[in-house]
Amino acid sequence: MASFLQVKSVSKHFGGFTALSEVSLDIAQGERFGLIGPNGSGKTTLINCIAGALRNDSGSIQFKNLEISRLPAYRRTRLGIARSFQIPRPFHTMSVLENLLVPLAYVVHLREAEGEAAAMEILAGMGLADKAHGAASQLSQVELRKLELARAMSARPQLLISDEAMAGLSGSEVDEVLKILFELNARGITIIMIEHIMHAVMRFSQRVVCLDAGKIICEGTPASIVQNADVQRAYLGA
Amino acid sequence: MIFSFDLLFEAVLFGILLGCFYAAVSIGLSVSFGLLDVPHVAHPALMVFGSYCTYIVASYGLDPILAGVVLMPAFFVLGVLIYRFYYEAFERRGSEAAVRGLAFFFGLAFIIEVGLILTFGVDQRTVEARYIGSSLALGEYRIPYRMLVAFGVALVLTAGLTLYLSKTFIGRAIKAVAQDEPALRLMGANPVRIKQWAFGIATGVSALAGAMLIIVGPVEPALDRLYIGRTFCVVVLAGLGSMTGTLAAGLILGIAESIVLMMLGASWAPAVAFGLLLLVLGVRPQGLFGR
Amino acid sequence: MKFWIPTLLLAAAAFGLALSGVNEYFFYAAYMVLTFVVLATAWNILGGYAGYVNFGTPAFFGIGAYAATVLFKWLDAPLAVQIAGAALMGGLLGFGVGIMTLRLRGIFFAIATVAVIFIMETLMINWRYVGGATGLQLLRPEPMAPFESYTRMLFVVMAWMVLASVAVARYVQDSWIGRGLRALRDSEEAAEASGVPTLRLKLVACVIMGALMAAAGAPMPMYLSFIEPASTFNLSYTIGALGGAIIGGMSHWLGPIVGALLLGSLQQIVTVTISSEVNVLIVGVLLVVFVVVAPEGILGLVRKWLPFSR
Repeated sequence: MASFLQVKSVSKHFGGFTALSEVSLDIAQGERFGLIGPNGSGKTTLINCIAGALRNDSGSIQFKNLEISRLPAYRRTRLGIARSFQIPRPFHTMSVLENLLVPLAYVVHLREAEGEAAAMEILAGMGLADKAHGAASQLSQVELRKLELARAMSARPQLLISDEAMAGLSGSEVDEVLKILFELNARGITIIMIEHIMHAVMRFSQRVVCLDAGKIICEGTPASIVQNADVQRAYLGA
Repeated sequence: MIFSFDLLFEAVLFGILLGCFYAAVSIGLSVSFGLLDVPHVAHPALMVFGSYCTYIVASYGLDPILAGVVLMPAFFVLGVLIYRFYYEAFERRGSEAAVRGLAFFFGLAFIIEVGLILTFGVDQRTVEARYIGSSLALGEYRIPYRMLVAFGVALVLTAGLTLYLSKTFIGRAIKAVAQDEPALRLMGANPVRIKQWAFGIATGVSALAGAMLIIVGPVEPALDRLYIGRTFCVVVLAGLGSMTGTLAAGLILGIAESIVLMMLGASWAPAVAFGLLLLVLGVRPQGLFGR
Repeated sequence: MKFWIPTLLLAAAAFGLALSGVNEYFFYAAYMVLTFVVLATAWNILGGYAGYVNFGTPAFFGIGAYAATVLFKWLDAPLAVQIAGAALMGGLLGFGVGIMTLRLRGIFFAIATVAVIFIMETLMINWRYVGGATGLQLLRPEPMAPFESYTRMLFVVMAWMVLASVAVARYVQDSWIGRGLRALRDSEEAAEASGVPTLRLKLVACVIMGALMAAAGAPMPMYLSFIEPASTFNLSYTIGALGGAIIGGMSHWLGPIVGALLLGSLQQIVTVTISSEVNVLIVGVLLVVFVVVAPEGILGLVRKWLPFSR
């Protein structure tokens, strides 16, 4: 089977600190993939390396059999990788709608009326249609998280990386976001989910990988991960 | 272009003294910009302001170095106030602070410079002391005493500040806030007060740096423009956050400038700092020892 | 159309004004004010739209002035060619500085622009051909018909340059380039993640800015009949451009016009009645006050206080 996303022995250092150490992953198209690990384990760093916000120091990252580790982030987005940010980064001087127009213009090449129509459709799917012309800076936490996802979706990605989209949300809000992610996956989009909310990850993922101190310590089905002693130790401390 | 090893050696010697001086005047920026990430383009202007204050205090008969030391507490307070204002007006509000913060310090530098012109005129000012005007004879070489004094003060200042940052509790808190502010907050320390204190120290040091400046040569209000190049060159070349790197970078700049001065004359020497700065930014922006 | 009709009318009006009996001094003073409008407008394309502060306006302005001087002295080039040549050099300088530093954080770009001023100034001081430190006297050619003085002709040239640069700024602002610049200003990381080629856009903005600033500098040697490094690379151009844009309002092309007209007129009045130092002091204070209290500039204040919004 042709690989979709292949991360091979990726390492990343910050000065003397090793954030990622020889991390390897293989993600199949259409998969629902969970990435867990305690704070500081390197999850966001790994995501940043895949999405292009950071350059990995060694190893290779291949997307649809294309080596992408030297490509700038915007190129990777145009190839089909989109990500949401852990701490939402809306384009705060723009309206909610205009936020989506950016990827629609730069990735999908839809402008003017076409772009606005596509944006409204996405917003409607996220439940943000009534906020479309309001300022992005006025949104609540939940709405900002949804905007992050909506904006990532506007790039019509084949691979979506959701970085702690549910952090700090209430139970019903978590369910809302989870529902959206399931729907996206049903449409064929491969999703990598980074989350701390265990029940969400376990419900959502087909496969889960656990990172600790920059290394993968366990990989498998949600059920097996939860049982794994190393994972428990990583979360609860040695 | 006259070239001889004698002249080269003298240039290097002078360059070492000059370099330590540059390191000392840049160390305040190393703290405020390198560690605290404040876009402090007004640092040289504050230093020149310090020179003029030294001039005034020294005119009452005080030795210029002492004058500089006496001014340090006042400048410390000034630094705390400036940082507080900057924090409340910009850093706290996040988002577009980048442009506004830069514009603020730039405006501040301009106001200081013009204020000095209006108060003192554009003429150069100098101070007098026993060690200004005469030179030490070392074999065939003559080393101006004022350079030696500046060199000595510079070493003490640089060593002192480096030790302070690594050995004292507050000093290490300052380095911590530069590296990981959220962690520091979790430990119960107030990062704003620490940064305020650090900025105060950086500005206090600028008072002494200003004193050295007017000892080493005459000052005029527009001098801050030239020193923007020198101080930022040193800080960027050193690598943000590196105190020891500041000394190395200062030496490199001092020697480079001294050699250019010898070979090409005074009309080219000011461009060395700016040229070196551009080179570092283009080739290795993290500097020699940057984080 | 709503833009072009008033623009063409203004172009014609400037032309007509130059042929009228208005006092010669008016054109002399207005030329400087109009120069600042072009500089502020150009500055805003990178500073306001993209959020990258350029302290080096004198470097671009100066390279334009000296490029024009060289073309005039070497080839006896007409003013139009001087301006075109200057714009080319300004664009190249913008590209050079940009490619070196726009990858880095804003403050590094800002400091690099200061460095470029000094380096350019040092180069010109040491270049005999353009007069070195003492400068060069230039003999103006005859003004083109129907202008009765060269200054009047330069007034019209600068007025048309204002209209041209505003048209360019408006195009950038309203186009998808503008949206991409705004996105990268709001969050460069999110913009990249949204497919915006941030470095490329920043370079485009920087090149346009450089070309326009240099074009504004090109007629300066003819205006003064003289060129020398110290006044050409004067830092007052920095504060005029930066101040004009920030005080006027950075988010719209109208802002720099308002700001520069205000500062330019202020300069003319204060410099003549009090002193040029006090003028710079006032501008500096205004800049700090606006940046702290009214970051959206005059345009922002107008938007807040008037019931209708743009």
